[in-house]
Amino acid sequence: MMKPADYIEMKIPAKPEFVGVTRLTLSGIASRMGFSYETIEDLKIATSEAITNAVQHAYKGEEGEVLIGFGMHSDHLEVVVSDNGKSFDFYETKKALGPYNDQSAEFLREGGLGLYLIETLMDEVKVHQNEGITLFMTKYLERERVERDAETIST
Amino acid sequence: MNISIDVQERDHQTTITLAGEIDAYTAPKLREAAFPYTEKQHANVVIDLSGVTYMDSTGLGVFVGLFKSLNANEGTLELNGLSDRLKRLFDITGLADIMNINPKAEGGI
Repeated sequence: MMKPADYIEMKIPAKPEFVGVTRLTLSGIASRMGFSYETIEDLKIATSEAITNAVQHAYKGEEGEVLIGFGMHSDHLEVVVSDNGKSFDFYETKKALGPYNDQSAEFLREGGLGLYLIETLMDEVKVHQNEGITLFMTKYLERERVERDAETIST
Repeated sequence: MNISIDVQERDHQTTITLAGEIDAYTAPKLREAAFPYTEKQHANVVIDLSGVTYMDSTGLGVFVGLFKSLNANEGTLELNGLSDRLKRLFDITGLADIMNINPKAEGGI
């Protein structure tokens, strides 16, 4: 993996009131890198979903911390969210998720859209599961993305 | 990084006006404040989201919960004043086809 040009890390208590604090930091970092308003909003949602998952599933009432790392590369931002709690089974959880299809109202799920949103809003998502869960989420700067896609098409 | 919740009841309709951010911290507050209004028979709940600056899946979860409760009690739920950002969340999750949502009016007079 490429070493980022700059790296920022923060550690928050695994409590819902700190998810918004991380969003503020992320906004600053992404705007410094030149991401558009729309993409920054996508990044905020994906990152919040990852932290919310860690806060709600990993520790279940116990004290804990969530580590958030921002790897600033020239053409992309990598957001790493890591917990070391007793994690939920990521792949089992993911299987049950996805967008809503036409369903009668009584069968609609009330949660579990977070991982689906992460995958929809980020360009790449990787998961590392051992003691806890670490999510690696990548978003490319728009102009770089266009060039990358163009290369793929021409070859 | 907080939410304000204003509830008005008039002519068999409950209007809930929200402003601020809906996330893991504020979603439980919203659920707690709004849920009682969905449990009456034939309740009509209108939620104004035009002041909501951020929302993620925790907010979607609350609206799905309110929607289910209202349906079970033969009531209705209407979500008004959605920004393009919020509308997009309902679109990509498939909820736009299931729930009654109305985007923010363009321009304005």
